[in-house]
Amino acid sequence: MSGTDDVEAAVAAAFREDWGQVVATLIRVTGDWDLAEECAQDAFAQALDRWRRDGVPRRPGAWLTTTARNRALDVLRREAVGAAKLREAAVLARDEEPYDPEYDGDDSGVEDDRLRLIFTCCHPALPIEARVALTLRTLAGLTTPEIARAFLVPEATMAQRLVRAKKKIRNAGIPYRVPPAHLLPERTTGVLGVLYLLFNEGYAATTGADLVRTDLCAEAVRLARVLARLMPDEPETTGLLALLLLHDARRHTRVDAAGDLVTLEDQDRTAWDRAEIAEGTALLETALRRGRPGPYQIQAAIAACHATAPTAEETDWADIAGLYGELARFVPSAVVRLNRTVAVGMADGPEAGLALLAELEQEGDLTDYHLLPATRADLLRRAGRAEEAAKAYERALELVENEAERRFLEKRLAECRSA
Amino acid sequence: MKYALLFCSPVGGEERSPAEHAGDPRFAAYFAQAGRVTGGARLRPPADATTVRVRGDEVLLSDGPFAETKEYIAGIDFIDVADLDEAIALAARHPAASDGGSVEVRPVWE
Repeated sequence: MSGTDDVEAAVAAAFREDWGQVVATLIRVTGDWDLAEECAQDAFAQALDRWRRDGVPRRPGAWLTTTARNRALDVLRREAVGAAKLREAAVLARDEEPYDPEYDGDDSGVEDDRLRLIFTCCHPALPIEARVALTLRTLAGLTTPEIARAFLVPEATMAQRLVRAKKKIRNAGIPYRVPPAHLLPERTTGVLGVLYLLFNEGYAATTGADLVRTDLCAEAVRLARVLARLMPDEPETTGLLALLLLHDARRHTRVDAAGDLVTLEDQDRTAWDRAEIAEGTALLETALRRGRPGPYQIQAAIAACHATAPTAEETDWADIAGLYGELARFVPSAVVRLNRTVAVGMADGPEAGLALLAELEQEGDLTDYHLLPATRADLLRRAGRAEEAAKAYERALELVENEAERRFLEKRLAECRSA
Repeated sequence: MKYALLFCSPVGGEERSPAEHAGDPRFAAYFAQAGRVTGGARLRPPADATTVRVRGDEVLLSDGPFAETKEYIAGIDFIDVADLDEAIALAARHPAASDGGSVEVRPVWE
């Protein structure tokens, strides 16, 4: 007999750990995404009763998969009116097996299911919003209302997005498998992109009203962990996990009690999560040892420079500027070069930064991006050119959308005007 | 699964005849894909199109394609492959995909 709280905690832990696994296996076995989700839900509901009565099984994930699978078999048998359904049920019947608590064998085939699910959810033939939503629903087990709240869209919109995505997977023949070797690098990049986007959605959420969105950071870290474990030979998956952990370690110091943005140099470094930083840097070293650098590993290296600097003044900006130069080779984007400008401004002085910035401004790719004038403003402020800085802050304020960032720019502008 | 590949070419681009196409080694490479192309046709340009509508009892004709677009459908192939990834791989080998045009992959509604 287990205590009520113990059982509830065990089911909650199994949900976090095994939901994606159970759904992934059920999709492979039944080929039906909705049925897979229903049966997984049902298995977790049954677990509450049965585990209370019989105790928590030794391998909760296997118990849940078996229970969900048997449930799916029941449903398919009951619905087996057409020949196609009968065939499915027959296939399923062959697969059916009782949960064996003593079984301690190879689960690698089951792990493959989760990887299949990740790649299918993140298939580039699906719209990016659908990839993110599907990943959260089927892999992470978030409910549709939760995902809708996180992305600030009406529940009906999110429900429709998920229905359409599942329909497209079925109708367009998006395969349920890990891509073959020649497609793997490209598709893996796509999967990492979805997880990074997920994390950033949560990371950018800074105000109280956005609090629910910060859960997305935790989900992204969790999924990145799964992916890094499933693809240990791909250093970029480890690189992404390292990057997310290093960012996450500073998450709570990015805003103050009033919800105002705190810049890196003003953040309380004693409040950074040391365990996350240690894990992130260790993972990064493991990844880099493989000698196949990529954009996530380089970004993680930059984050590690910041996270391990004892004080803002001791930050190795020359190193960071060099890393941004490396990153620009992989990701030739103006935003990366803007970041390099900031680092050069810190390493070699604001005038050096301003010279680089002038090149970017001339190219005109970032004309409407608020961080372009904000960067100019900051460099001018550091150079002691308060009047020019104020003008640049005014321009940045015309472009900024996020409230916390707006308040930060207004504060800086006021400082420059009174200087 | 069966898919239709719709080959879209930019309007005003070069229009090559099937005979000219036949001389392009890239087409040979495309068709060499293990006979998975089950049928298809090269279509004459939009200038040769006639559009038919029936409104009430009247048959209305107009010259040209049914909609003005920046791209027009220059040809269509039917393929039979395992899944979307294979269809994409085949579509990417077709010269239309790299000659400034695009290939739309549409599952056949069965």
